[in-house]
Amino acid sequence: MPSENRLAYWRANLRLVALCLIIWFVCSFGFGVIFVEQLNRIRFGGFQLGFWFAQQGSIYVFVALVFFYAWRMNQIDRKFDVHED
Amino acid sequence: MSLQALTYLVVGLSFALYIGIAIWSRAHNTGDFYIAGKGVSPLANGMATAADWMSAASFISMAGLIAFLGYDGSVYLMGWTGGYVLLALLLAPYLRKFGKFTVPEFIAERYYSKTARIVAVICLIFISFTYVAGQMRGVGIVFSRFLEVDVTAGLLIGMGVVFVYAVLGGMKGITYTQVAQYCVLIFAYTVPAIFIAIQLTGNAIPQIAFGSEVADSGSALLDKLDDIVTSLGFNQYTTGTKSKIDVFCITMALMVGTAGLPHVIVRFFTVPKVRDARLSAGYALLFIAILYTTAPAVGSMARYNLINTIQTGEVGAVDGNLAYEQRPDWFETWEQTGLLRFDDKNDDGRIQYYNDASPDFAAQAAQYGWEGNELSVDRDIMVLANPEIASLPNWVIALVAAGGIAAALSTAAGLLLVISAAISHDIIKGIVMPHISEKHELMAGRIAAAFAIMIAGYLGFDPPGWVAQVVAFAFGLAAASLFPVILLGIFFKRVNKEGAIAGMLTGLLFTYAYIEFFKGLFLKWAGAPWGENVAEHWLFGISPEGIGVIGMCLNFIVAITVSHFTAPPPDRIQHMVEHIRVPRHFDEDHA
Repeated sequence: MPSENRLAYWRANLRLVALCLIIWFVCSFGFGVIFVEQLNRIRFGGFQLGFWFAQQGSIYVFVALVFFYAWRMNQIDRKFDVHED
Repeated sequence: MSLQALTYLVVGLSFALYIGIAIWSRAHNTGDFYIAGKGVSPLANGMATAADWMSAASFISMAGLIAFLGYDGSVYLMGWTGGYVLLALLLAPYLRKFGKFTVPEFIAERYYSKTARIVAVICLIFISFTYVAGQMRGVGIVFSRFLEVDVTAGLLIGMGVVFVYAVLGGMKGITYTQVAQYCVLIFAYTVPAIFIAIQLTGNAIPQIAFGSEVADSGSALLDKLDDIVTSLGFNQYTTGTKSKIDVFCITMALMVGTAGLPHVIVRFFTVPKVRDARLSAGYALLFIAILYTTAPAVGSMARYNLINTIQTGEVGAVDGNLAYEQRPDWFETWEQTGLLRFDDKNDDGRIQYYNDASPDFAAQAAQYGWEGNELSVDRDIMVLANPEIASLPNWVIALVAAGGIAAALSTAAGLLLVISAAISHDIIKGIVMPHISEKHELMAGRIAAAFAIMIAGYLGFDPPGWVAQVVAFAFGLAAASLFPVILLGIFFKRVNKEGAIAGMLTGLLFTYAYIEFFKGLFLKWAGAPWGENVAEHWLFGISPEGIGVIGMCLNFIVAITVSHFTAPPPDRIQHMVEHIRVPRHFDEDHA
């Protein structure tokens, strides 16, 4: 039977993964595909916003998300004392 | 120095560099050969992953594809980057903790089954060979175009170079050559893009120039592009023609497929620690994003430049189009390759480039006295001809040739290595001869790599007609077969061997059957494709490119349902899953 600590660590990880995947979904499928027409009515410099998310913005968000996850996960590892050296 | 001599010099130097690195980083044991001895730094692994991932298609074809597709091209941009988020969050750290050599090995141990291992090896070999055939073809084409040797000779030289560093160096040799190849390819990609961005908008950063005003015009590049393409009967650049559900599913299939590609996953086995695997995924995506955010900017600028070169004046005016006699030098150069063709249908000596397939525009075109589109443009020249269109110096053109070859070789090498590892480690060591010595296994790996190169070379030399079609299939297959079982193996302890095998087979067969039905792959002799490949006939309006998503859902449903009605996995497997979920053991484990 897994201990409390183990379950708590896994739950913290799953919460973080869920948060990141929601942002991942909203910024690509949400802004770039599903609501692209609505967002295209908004100008962003020389871009229509929906088009910008589909061809630029979503990719920037992906990069930021992966680094954020790596950084936040290291903190969680430390908190539960399961970090490597 | 002539362009050709310069190209030989630059390409030759890059080859000398790759081979030098390969000799320096030879593999001494199976650990080096399969996973570079787990000693690769996260930054180096990030670059190697980026080079591994970005193929000849990304380097040469993608910007051109986007130039002609406009918004619809977004599926490739989001699809081929978003998968790294899934990989970094859901697979890479856990597979690194598992700490073995291959993807089928994980599936075999997690599902305590040799059958599962064999199914995984079949998926892996099919996906990888499909891919590698396209790369070898790319090597041959770049050689023939820039070095003026024929495609076969180019292919043989490419095979020779890959042979040296993949067979000798294994994963270790490949990793460090890929780092060098990344530097070559990204430099070669961004330099012309920066020059073109400056010429067009005065802004040096392509990603910003993309949304800037065209110099001396006062209106934004994308707005001008929308205006001019619609005035020629094309669809608006910034809006799409595909249905929403299809865009959604293709993007998702490409993302999940990316995360399920064995040659990408295995790169994360090479770093020393779990936290390195997480960080390394970030670097990989950053390095990929540099090219993937530049590509749509290059696409839009290239389309704009092309149209403005042809449509010199007002649309429909007698002297609004470029006279063929006054075409620029680069136009003539690319006409010789056959990738750019002019056919003066209305005999006016001028070039008309417009959408003659649009029924709404036909009347307008007739009124202008146009009798059909007169210019056919191969999308690949959008990147390859860019330096010439922008009148850049010869060394930049030579660099683009070296970059294209680097992109193709790095991807080919990564694929060949996972094929050889699947044969020597999963089939020979794992199933046929479990007691083989390490020395013999290493030898088997090298022989398998050599054979894989020959088969890949043959496929590149004589590509079956379906190579282009199967690329979509490779992603769909990876999405529908490998990704779900790996994910379930980590996140759902209850999923057992019966569930995994049933799930993989369901996803695989469904996806394969759908693609065969609409596009025809292996069963052409039996009359495939049987269905007309149009939206009205598709299941839920999803094209064969996007169907991997449905295959993936079926895989999940079948795997979970079957597991529910069969015996749970043994205790030791449940412990193994607990073990891979944490980077280091909990202290209580010692008690």
